[in-house]
Amino acid sequence: METKNNSINGGEYLIADTESSQVFIPEEFSEEQLMMAQACQDFVDTEIEPHKEAIDSMKQPDLVPEILRKAGELGLLGIAVPEEYGGLGMSFNTSMLIADIIGSAGSFSTTYGAHSGIGTLPILYYGTEEQKQKYLPKLVNAEWAACYCLTEPDAGSDANSGKTKATLSEDGSHYLITGQKMWISNGGFADLLIVFARIEDDKYLSAFIVEKSFGGITMNEEEKKMGIKGSSTRQVFFNDCKVPVENMLSERGNGFKIAVNILNIGRVKLGAGVLGGCRKVLADAIQYAGERKQFGVSINSFGAIKQKLAEMAIRTYACESLCYRAGQDIEDRIETLTNDGMDATLAKLKGVEEFAIECAIAKVHGSEVLDYVVDQGVQIYGGMGYSADAPMERAYRDARISRIYEGTNEINRILMVGMVLKRAMKGEINLMGPALAVGEELKAVPSFDSPDTSQPLATEKEVLRKLKKVFLMLGGRASQVLGTKLESEQEIMMNLADIMIEIYAAESAILRTEKLISKNGTEESAIQLAATQVYLFEAVDKIQSAGKETIHSFLSGDEQKVMLMGLKRFTKMDAVNTKELRRQIADALIAKGKYLFFQG
Amino acid sequence: MKILVCITHVPDTTSRIQFTDNNTKFDKTGVQFVIGPYDDYALARAVELRDQTGGKLTVLNVGEAETDPTLRKALAIGADEAIRINAYPKDSYFVAQQIARVAQEGAYDLILMGRESSDYNGGMVHGMVGEMMGLPSISPVMRLDIEGNTAKLSREIEGGKEELEVSLPLVAGCQEPIAEWKIPNMRGIMSARSKPLTVKEADAYDVHASIVSYALPPAKGAVKLFDKDQMEELVKLLKNEANVL
Repeated sequence: METKNNSINGGEYLIADTESSQVFIPEEFSEEQLMMAQACQDFVDTEIEPHKEAIDSMKQPDLVPEILRKAGELGLLGIAVPEEYGGLGMSFNTSMLIADIIGSAGSFSTTYGAHSGIGTLPILYYGTEEQKQKYLPKLVNAEWAACYCLTEPDAGSDANSGKTKATLSEDGSHYLITGQKMWISNGGFADLLIVFARIEDDKYLSAFIVEKSFGGITMNEEEKKMGIKGSSTRQVFFNDCKVPVENMLSERGNGFKIAVNILNIGRVKLGAGVLGGCRKVLADAIQYAGERKQFGVSINSFGAIKQKLAEMAIRTYACESLCYRAGQDIEDRIETLTNDGMDATLAKLKGVEEFAIECAIAKVHGSEVLDYVVDQGVQIYGGMGYSADAPMERAYRDARISRIYEGTNEINRILMVGMVLKRAMKGEINLMGPALAVGEELKAVPSFDSPDTSQPLATEKEVLRKLKKVFLMLGGRASQVLGTKLESEQEIMMNLADIMIEIYAAESAILRTEKLISKNGTEESAIQLAATQVYLFEAVDKIQSAGKETIHSFLSGDEQKVMLMGLKRFTKMDAVNTKELRRQIADALIAKGKYLFFQG
Repeated sequence: MKILVCITHVPDTTSRIQFTDNNTKFDKTGVQFVIGPYDDYALARAVELRDQTGGKLTVLNVGEAETDPTLRKALAIGADEAIRINAYPKDSYFVAQQIARVAQEGAYDLILMGRESSDYNGGMVHGMVGEMMGLPSISPVMRLDIEGNTAKLSREIEGGKEELEVSLPLVAGCQEPIAEWKIPNMRGIMSARSKPLTVKEADAYDVHASIVSYALPPAKGAVKLFDKDQMEELVKLLKNEANVL
């Protein structure tokens, strides 16, 4: 199969080289996409930002549904929904861009994601034509609000273990759903619920479209939460809720698959969805550090503060690079599959499924970058950072959920390693061949060839190639030695996942910067180059540490020594003056007064 | 009704302003350009009036090709067509001459613009256009309703408020609260690319002013705060240090 841009398959980045011409970078968004982003930003600035306090107080029950309705009026709820169902039919990456901008909206970004993501997409991707015609236009214009009922008190990460039952009525006309769901975002005002329940003793759950008006639905009070306090979160009880058989989504027993696939989309969008928040926090921190004076000078003149500002921007840059790269890879795959004759909806699912590894990476990396950014935001604000009168306190609390929902970061780490190994076993990516080659390389004398450094980023790309060898060496050996036992060695899985994430993030930053240099020249891209170099330096450090832990965890004696030497060889990097590079970045940030790599 | 809204293409109000070439040129590097904020009010009101009364809404900008995205934004907000006069807006008189020519050709009932642009803040173009076309010109217009062939306007004047009734056609320099800024909806953005954007060459007219050099305003000094029981001290400083009393 020939893919657009000859982009590689999901997970294959660990083995193959990718050219910068093969990746999309956010600087390539069209004028139209940027205008949409700006309109969305204006919406956040005028309809949400001034009302954050009121939204979080939850004293006006109509406020959030009203904002959702306004978002619907602007067309923000149906970006990727085809026009025949009232949407705009825009690309996958456009919907990522909108999720990115809404991401700075705190509680509302969860409301938005629950409605337009996991609440709407199951119908879009798995609904029958009748179901789509009936429900999508209502969701796109916010006539109805949607929620997604998967989690139960005893079924969180192990979602398929849910106990909610769906029993077919004697006349075969409807199912009676009975059970309890928990942590349901938008539960308080949803008119439509996507509900997962088990029929008889089926191995897998089934999914249903439930209208609130079907009856038999009750709720607990709003949950008292650490953050995103303005996002409605309820327990929802189903007691013989009568659902017509034609409201089953897809086929019986397909619910768990739906849940997994919809979560893949939710994950990559959450990756993008943190970016708006990162930029907002950074802009606030830059402004505060400029205004706050200590020892007679603005605190932004201190190296300790510059280090933080720069690092916040560097990690955001890497996250942005990887999210939109993955988004475009998905989009291109969808296009290729559609051109090959696949049904458009199925193509969308398969496109996302192909890059499920990258989706999980985007979720984990994004949520952890956001956590870092808000943490440093609080720190730069000092005492004011801890005060509820300044914006950092809310940002800090709101950020924390991102590491938990859409699959905890732990589950996502385990998933991504599992998926790579599974794809390798199925022969979808050739992991073992290159892994064996790396094993041979370890036995040979190290190569003293130095790369052609006349090309920009040649040194960094060489470092990256070696980092991939670390994964091949460790992933290959761990699966050989531990076999299926690897699954129960979760600590090793976490370490391997960290290595995968850092390689993907560093590579995405390198490719973006390389593309920028080829378009705008080295001088214009100096700050991006600095950010890339610092990011890579840190990635090498993290990979070295994770690699060591992995080796210590399952190897001993001579093999341990050989592996440790290999690790040292593959994580060698020339000195980088990170202090100076971060200062350059911080000075540029301060001069600009906000994040400077992408306007969004 | 035919409405013409003249918009400026100005740096976003949060932009950092810098100059190059020995302070003779504005440095556009990294600066985001937007529709002039006052023009944006005029445009928003024009969209409402067009929706109420029917007819056609045209936006116009005097500028080089770089201003096309700003015109497309106006189309996204709701204008039906756009005209760009292909010339750098050298000074107010030049811009007014270009606008007056297009407005004459188009026989518009209403010619709206912001009370002033937010880059040079001249506030002269509406007056000049009115004069050149022999039409009434009113500014700053804060309310604008149309009844038949009459415009009902209000504006703030020194020490009060003025209500006016003016027959169409007329020229108005607008400001808030004439309407609320409109965020373009996604469908509007998508339809903007299919709406006509006509480029017309500028007529050669006189240019009366040219930029000699730019300078940034002096940096603001530190602020001194006084408690309510320190009024005497405050008055003393206002007299002796600030020299404002």
